[in-house]
Amino acid sequence: MNILIQGGRVIDPTQQWNEVADLYISNGEIVALGQAPEGFEAEEVIETDGQVVCPGLIDLCTHLREPGLTRKGTIASETAAAAAGGITTLVTTPDTQPLVETAAVAELIQDRAADVGFARVLPMGALTQGLEGEQLAPLHGLASSGCVAFTNLRRGIASSQTLLRCLEYAATHDLLVVFQAQDNSLVAHGCMHDDTTSTRLGLNGIPEAAETIEVSRCLLLVEQTGVRAHFGQLSCERSVRMIEAARERGLQVSADVAVHHLLLTDESVNGFNAAYHLQPPLRSQLDRAGLRQGLVTGTIAAICSDHQPHDPIAKQAPFAATEPGMSGLETLLPLSLSLVEQQLLELPQLIEALTAAPARILGIDAGTLAIGSQADICIFDPNAEWVVSADSLRSAGKNTPFLGQTLKGRVSATLMDGRIVFRR
Amino acid sequence: MFEATDPNALQLTSDGQLRHFLTTEGLPRELLTEILDTADSFVDMSQQQVKKVPLLRGKTVANLFFENSTRTLSTFELAAKRLSADVLNLNINTSSTKKGETLKDTLMTLEAMHADMFVVRHADSGAAHFIAQHVTPNVAVINAGDGRHAHPTQAMLDMLTIRRHKGDFAPLTVAIVGDILHSRVARSQIHALRTLGAGEIRVIAPKTLLPRHIEALGVKVYTDMAMGLRDVDVIMMLRLQKERMQSALLPSESEFYKLYGLNRDKLAYAKPDAVVMHPGPINRGVEIESEVADGPRSLILDQVTNGIAVRMAVMSKAMGGQMAQRGELSQEEQA
Repeated sequence: MNILIQGGRVIDPTQQWNEVADLYISNGEIVALGQAPEGFEAEEVIETDGQVVCPGLIDLCTHLREPGLTRKGTIASETAAAAAGGITTLVTTPDTQPLVETAAVAELIQDRAADVGFARVLPMGALTQGLEGEQLAPLHGLASSGCVAFTNLRRGIASSQTLLRCLEYAATHDLLVVFQAQDNSLVAHGCMHDDTTSTRLGLNGIPEAAETIEVSRCLLLVEQTGVRAHFGQLSCERSVRMIEAARERGLQVSADVAVHHLLLTDESVNGFNAAYHLQPPLRSQLDRAGLRQGLVTGTIAAICSDHQPHDPIAKQAPFAATEPGMSGLETLLPLSLSLVEQQLLELPQLIEALTAAPARILGIDAGTLAIGSQADICIFDPNAEWVVSADSLRSAGKNTPFLGQTLKGRVSATLMDGRIVFRR
Repeated sequence: MFEATDPNALQLTSDGQLRHFLTTEGLPRELLTEILDTADSFVDMSQQQVKKVPLLRGKTVANLFFENSTRTLSTFELAAKRLSADVLNLNINTSSTKKGETLKDTLMTLEAMHADMFVVRHADSGAAHFIAQHVTPNVAVINAGDGRHAHPTQAMLDMLTIRRHKGDFAPLTVAIVGDILHSRVARSQIHALRTLGAGEIRVIAPKTLLPRHIEALGVKVYTDMAMGLRDVDVIMMLRLQKERMQSALLPSESEFYKLYGLNRDKLAYAKPDAVVMHPGPINRGVEIESEVADGPRSLILDQVTNGIAVRMAVMSKAMGGQMAQRGELSQEEQA
């Protein structure tokens, strides 16, 4: 199939492209920019009217809920939402039921995603058996079955000895370990950032130290083992500074942030709106500023959605009794674009953080429009306004605090492997 | 962009009348004063032969207690009966309502009984807000204590007790002593005292029982009773739960009593006419010495009497706001 994407502003940081040009696709690959290759006849022409054409987005943290929790979302519903959000590659967490700790589950997820065909799904495997933090999971076998990284999520590994062994074993096989840093003894029954708002609302706080102590412990053990390591969804300014200092010492560690942590603070919890019940929690203005600064300096390389769809009942209870997390696939791009509007980043820099940077972190061949690469493409109108509503979201999870708000920037078409998987 | 909504919009009607009573925070001073004035008249009435008024005649008040409480429940029940309401008491076992859906189901069942007012006590902070957001607009919600968040009628009965003994709030220095961290009473007292213009508000506790940044609520923090009680006019003690000894918050009851228990020696730091209050039930020999609890400066029993009057005032005001709103609604429907 030959596709011509006509008249778009093609932005690809890996090629330093930022120009209005036609993009030619043939048999799933990008074959030319600007000039049509000899003998190219388009079977499909996508008129863009100057909209942005960039690599398909790569989301480093999503919870797809299948297998096991399909009342909250299925691979079909959530990858359809991803396509509508311009995301062509999703990394999923291992907390399905059963967990991603056997080859069978890792393969099931990839097979089902391939059957549906809306987006690439790359599973993360459990770092320890049962995510219990005690015994190593079969990392090598899981990697052979397609797991791109290994994590214990926020369940934690209490014993530093066990954590050290996990990192040594992962380093043996050159596997990527993803830390969602949290010291659970400091979380206790916390459900929001520990500060003045939690004090006023009488909600149990999660202190900043719950994250920073774990970041510090992980960094020391990464340095000792030389494992490839990534920190997901940082929430504290001090974490950013510790990672920055480690990188300055030459440590190969990377980090991402969930887009909502760049925009919101714990003050949003006023009024007990459970849509703002998140983990890691929304933190202070100082933390938000530190995360934004980390993104500008490059200490934080990537922005993710931390997509966590829920059924309505999960959020219908007093705040602390609700389940944490927000649905984020379809708001990732528009919320990220607000950072450009706020003049924090230039548009190509933002696109880098959503495409090439996560590809580099994962070590996968994606996130580029280079000639010869797979045609994973996102086309969006940066100025189109739309209202977030239960009906406008394709995700089964309608649990977003942005319901009812007008966002700017909307995907008009998404291609994966040269196939149009979404078109508005 | 991305601003949070005004949390107090929920408690007031569009013209500023009380519709639900969820927290003392953010309510205007005039409204708190009106509640106290109304309660004052009910205190006087309770000393008469006939103690009933027909303000809530024909209305049904449902007391929904998801957390056990005999005292608060009985004062709410008595307050509703003195207002001539029909009263339904429901002690709902919390273990059967761990899940939010059952809380919502419980609400829907009770709505079907056409109650006009829910008085709610629940172990989760924000539960009263949740219920106010999810009930039909015809039901007024009174918070009888939610988690660590708020216990606004307790705070208002404390304010009434202070006002009846001390008059104006402006010259007063008030100290709140004990487990501030876990206390919804302390939070509601602090907000009410600030709004009513108390001169100085202090909290006294070890750091393990103080929430972070409590000073942001407008209080001075002390960890020492001798310093904290110096020249205060009002001492408000808090109840200490036994569980606090098990989570490395305190070493022992006896050490707490030695350092923070109110006895005659420590009371001597305060002004000679300082009064002592406690929301009850008291732990004698843990927070307070019997001689102080039963002594001439203790207002603990006045608080109980004033509690009924304050709850009558709050219920009648919230029902008034609710009726006014129903009027608005039916006018809108007609238009």
